[in-house]
This record gives sequence, C-alpha cells and structure tokens, in this order.
Amino acid sequence: MSIIIFMILGAMVLALVGLAAFIWSLRSGQYDDPAGAAARVLLDNDRPT
Amino acid sequence: MTALAPGCPSGLATTSADTVTQDPAAFVTEASGKRSLDLMIRGASCAGCISKIETALMRLSGMHVARLNLSTGRMRIEWTGGLAARRIVETIVGLGYGAAPVDPGQTDSAATRPEKKLLIALTVAGIATAGVMLMSEALWFGTDLPAETRTQLHWLSAMISIPATLFSGRVFFESALAAIRRWQLNMDVPISLAVLLALALSLHATITGGAHTYFDASVMLLLFLLTGRYLDARLRRQAYAAANALASLQTTSATRLGAKGVAEAVRASDIRPGDRLLITAGERLPVNAEVLRGESEADLRLVTGEVEPVRIFSGQTLYAGSVNLSAPIEVRALAQASQSLVADIARLLEAGEQKKSSYRRIADKAVAAYVPQVHAMAALGFVGWLIAGAALPQATFIAVTVLIITCPCAIALAAPLVQVVAAGRLFREGAYLSSGDALERIATVDHVIFDKTGTLTLGDPVLIQTGVSSDQLAAAAQLARASRHPFSRAIARSAGAGPVAQGVQEHGGRGVSGFIDGRAAMLGRAEFVGANGVDGAHLWFAIKGAAPVMFEFEDRLRPNAKAAVDELRAMGLTVELLSGDSPERVERAAAAAGIAEWRASATPQFKAERLQQLERAGTKVLMVGDGLNDAAALAIAHASLAPGGAVDVSRLASDCVFSGESLASVPRIIAIARKARRRIRENFAFATVYNLVAIPIALLGWATPMVAAIAMSSSSAVVTLNALRLSAGRKAAAEASI
Repeated sequence: MSIIIFMILGAMVLALVGLAAFIWSLRSGQYDDPAGAAARVLLDNDRPT
Repeated sequence: MTALAPGCPSGLATTSADTVTQDPAAFVTEASGKRSLDLMIRGASCAGCISKIETALMRLSGMHVARLNLSTGRMRIEWTGGLAARRIVETIVGLGYGAAPVDPGQTDSAATRPEKKLLIALTVAGIATAGVMLMSEALWFGTDLPAETRTQLHWLSAMISIPATLFSGRVFFESALAAIRRWQLNMDVPISLAVLLALALSLHATITGGAHTYFDASVMLLLFLLTGRYLDARLRRQAYAAANALASLQTTSATRLGAKGVAEAVRASDIRPGDRLLITAGERLPVNAEVLRGESEADLRLVTGEVEPVRIFSGQTLYAGSVNLSAPIEVRALAQASQSLVADIARLLEAGEQKKSSYRRIADKAVAAYVPQVHAMAALGFVGWLIAGAALPQATFIAVTVLIITCPCAIALAAPLVQVVAAGRLFREGAYLSSGDALERIATVDHVIFDKTGTLTLGDPVLIQTGVSSDQLAAAAQLARASRHPFSRAIARSAGAGPVAQGVQEHGGRGVSGFIDGRAAMLGRAEFVGANGVDGAHLWFAIKGAAPVMFEFEDRLRPNAKAAVDELRAMGLTVELLSGDSPERVERAAAAAGIAEWRASATPQFKAERLQQLERAGTKVLMVGDGLNDAAALAIAHASLAPGGAVDVSRLASDCVFSGESLASVPRIIAIARKARRRIRENFAFATVYNLVAIPIALLGWATPMVAAIAMSSSSAVVTLNALRLSAGRKAAAEASI
C-alpha cells in the first residue's frame, strides 16, 4: 500500500507545479488585457514587449 | 492623397468626434531623460485600431513604447527627445480617436490587486479540494479500510488542507477578526469559526485515530465562498475602473497666457481666479470664466441640455464644461477648477455614490438574520448534548457539524451569482452594469424620469429638407464640412462626402464664408448672410447671384421612444420628462413620446432638487440621462441609466449604460432586473429551507462528513442552477425586440 503514498505525494507535487505556473502567469500580467491579446494575434507586425 | 478613414477600421466602434484639444504636457513624467505619458483612448475596439494607433505613434521620432491596452482603454507611451506631448495626442485625435491624459498617480494595478489576491486564494482552494477529495472518496466508501491506512490518508489530507485553508482563508479570518475587535458580527465570523474548528477537530481525530475528519469540508467551503467573493470583487473593480475614468476626465489642462502673452500649458487644478486663458476652437472650458476677447459660439449641451449653440461675446460668463465651437477666445478665470460647475457635479456624484453604498443589499439583510441564529443553534447543540451526558469531544463535534452543514455557501453565492449571470445577459443585449447591487435598485423603481436631449431624442440635430434642392445642399455642404457647429455637421452628414470650399473662414459666432467655384458663399445666421429671418433651429445659406435659402433642423426622437414609454407604463411605472431645453421644444418632445408630465428649463441643481424631493416623498426614481447636467441627478437617483453616447461623467454616475439607438432597452433592463431580484429571493428562500432541514439532522448527530460534503455542494449547485435560469431566457423575444 505504500505505493499509494508515493503516488499521492507525486500528484501533490504536480499540482503545486500547476499552481506555481498559474500564479506566475497571473503576476506577469497575462490576463491584464484579454481583449488586446485576442486582437493582437491578428496583427502581423506586432512585437512582444 | 488617400487618407485613412477616421476611427475604427472595422466599424465596431463609433468614430470619436472628439476635437477637444488639451495640452497633455502637464501630465508628462520625466525620469533620466525618458518621458512617459498615460492616455485614456476612446473609440478603439479592434486589432485594426491597435495597429493604426501604435504604428502611427511609433513613426514619431524618439518613440520607444506605445502600447494600448484594449481592455481598459489605457495607453502607455514612452519616448526620448524633444517630441512635444501635444503632437502625440494630436496624432491620435487625427486618426479619429479620443485621447485624454491620465494622472500618472492613478494606476490600474492598485485596483486589480485585491482581485488577484482572491483569484490566487481561489486557485489554491480549488487545487486543495481536488487533492483532499482524492483521499475522501477512499475514506467514505472504503468501509473495510484498515485503521492504519485510514490514519495515513487522514494525515495526507491534513498536509494538503491545513496550509491551503490557512492561506486561502486569510480573507475571511482577517475580516472576522476586524469585526470581532469592533464587537460586531459579520458573515465572516461563522465562516472562520466553522473552518478553523473543523480543522482543529479533524486534526484531533487524526492524532487520536478517530473515524471522521472534516478536512475536505473546510477547503470545499472556502472554494465555494471564494468563488462568490471573486465574482463580487470583479463586478466591484469594473465599477472602480469607471470611477477612475471619471478622475481622468477631471484632470484636464488649459493654456494660460502669461504676462507677456506667452502661452503655457497648465493643469486645470493649477488655474487661479484671475488667470487669463486661451480657449481654442473645440476646447472645453476647465473653469467658470468671463469672456475677455473674441467672438464665437459655445455648445452648452452638456451644461444646460440646450441643443442650439449660444453666441459668445466679451463680458459674458461661461460655465465650465461648455465647448467653444468656432473661433479662439480669451477668457479670465472666475473660479478654481475645484469650485467650478464640473467639480460641483463631481462632488454631487461623490455624495450620491456614498448614498448608494449605504443601500442595504438583500444579501446583507439575510446575513444579519442568519448569523445569530446559526450560532445559537450550534451553542444549543453543544450544551444540549453535554446535558444529555455526551463527552466533550462528541458535543464539540456536533456543534462544529452544525456550523459546517449550515455553511453559508448557498447564502454567500445566492446574490453574486445571480448578479453576474444577469450582468452577462444584459451585456449580450448591449447594456453594461456598473455594480451588482445596481440590479436590485433598478428592480424596485416606481417612477422613471427621462432627460430630453440625447436621451429621449438622439441629441444630434438632423436636417429636415423643406424646399432645399440637392444642388443647394451640396453647395452648402462644401462650407459646412469646414465647421464644427452641430447644424453644419448635420448638413455635412446629410450631403455625404464631398469637397470643401476654397478660402473658408470662420466668423466667430456668426457663420462661415468661402468660395465655391469662384463665387462667394456664406452659411450662418440670418443677419450674417443678409437674409430676413429670425434665429432659431435653422441656418441660412447664400451664394452670390442667388437668394438665401433656409435649412431647418430638428432633434429627432429615438426610435421606439413612444413604445418604450407605453411599456414602462404597462409595467406599472409613472414617467416624467425633465429637461434643460426650452418649454416649447420639451412640450413637443413630451407629446410625441406620450409623456404627460414634463418640466422644462431645468438647471442641473433643479434636476437634483427634483429628485431629492421625490426621494423624500418615498418615490424610488429611475433617472435616464446623458448630459453633464444630468450627472448629479443620475448619482442622486435611486437607480439610473445612461445611453452609450452620454458624456463620461454621466456614464460613470449611472448604474447601467445601454448602447444602441433604441429606447426599448430601458423597459428590457428593468424587466431583467426584476427577474434577477426574484431569482435572488428564491435562492434565499431555498437556503432557508435547506437550513431548516439540515440543522435538525446535524443537531441529532446524524451528519457524517460525507453527508456534510454532499449537502454543501448540492445546495450550492441548486443556487447556481437557479441563477443560470436567468441566462436561458427567451432568446426569440430578445431577437424580436431588436
């Protein structure tokens, strides 16, 4: 049964990675301008800043 | 030369007719040779707009950063070198967009911070709930689990839920602590108690090898509650963004004339009484002022609601908010910006907002009734079981179960969910809500007051062609295209695109003159073109060798105005017209719209007083208005609506902005608000019934952690589904009304 402990701990680590990724994306302003992000895809001369 | 068509290339947004040119130099911040400016852009709505504005700005010399945030309408500009800030704004305005400088002190990040904090807390609670549930499934259904494995799973649950709860629950703990310090009870007190007691109890059970733990319940409770909080915060932030835009409208600048006639740009807030100011054509007056020199015309639509421009002559007093139309004038400031009309209105707005925030929401009333009862029940259960001979841990367990199972999830979600769904529904129909409780207020109104110019009518005068040939119209349009006068614009609109006459000259306050095919032509007031006639809602046009002709104008009613008024009456509301325009015109508009009660020549103060008077009489008024002169009334009113074309202040002062020309939106919005109110009440009724059933179960000690989890999530689901019913309204009916 000890395998389940490792599996659960592994799942928890993966969840923490996902959580960290989400917090990073939120902090780096990726949701600050959803309308602009959707529109900028259509521009061929945009330069990421 | 082929010039780009002005404004949004996709036609999604209306082209800004913004010609108000103010010098943004006063708002530029400079740091180590780099200059930066924040602008509020109006009229941008698509990728084409971003590309058009940003490309044009990047072509200016020394430009480093020009980035438009399409969601907020804010634009960040950074550059080095001697480029004048004025050039930047002129470039944007030249493209057909509106641009106003924003005070660098007001940043967006401050407004979004609490929301981001909630979102992170919500995510943590969500991931933790998923993790703990993994274990709970095994614990609930694995009835033959060895005690050792059960304890292991309990410890794993504790590892996830204790840090997650302490982190995500901070919002509630802090608020509860603050309330207790003031000897008060709020919703967060029972929430914090339930969560923390559940954790402590579960930890105790884990250590002693007990069978039941509430780790899953504590994180799940936070997940549901945080969902409600987050949705609520988002609605609030949108309202805050609106208020921020108001502040950016106030931070205007002006051109001050120094001792030797040297012009300098100053912030409106720096203007002192006695300063000499130069107001160019198209500029809005920042302060109340007396005209010193120059002849022009002023558009007072925002100040008084009068459609017809008024002549300006020296010695005349003008109010802040008037727009100078044709020629530059020199004025002497009579008051500081903070004491001028716009500021008066802004103050009234503030007072109104405060009044509105003191409105007691249905949710708050429910909480006030709920909290003491649940606490009393929990205490009763604790004492009752102790008296009945139960051990202390068991009595505590019962009391905590009562707190958890009567979890305020359903109550906390009942109102925000309905409001978010209703706001989404309104959004699809072209109406934008400023705050959640606005819906509750709109639902309870019993009297509707319309403004005339721009609200009941379209606001822009249109040409009514009586006895004017198309040749004459085309000729007049050549002069009209060069003028900012609303009547000239109506002529230009009606004639369509075409050439402009040569050598066009504006004669301040009287008209324009120029040459068409070498012949002298004039467009303006009767005496200006040499015609016999009275001044009114018309313009005269004369070309050498022909008799003058008259163009007549009219402010048309919005489509469906009468139908909308009839519908409002059918909904049991009374309707009134309150306008700053002349009695004859107001009477005519009232008759056309089928409104029996009307008042004309109303000043902003009168409008506000009328509303206060009605309010004192206990009438709940819905104000519908668009002008600067309506802003105070909009803020004071129990609830308010503004059409999309309204000035910023009024849009911000109102609870809901509707787009489109048709007035049919007004009864639709009220209908949806009433429906939303019904849903909220149903939700609270359900939550009450649920508690009536759940409390005895918990008190009798029948509730296991599984029962608690199922009860909690199903009650939240019922409330959510009931809220979603609003969204699934009859689409056919909505389409038919368009």
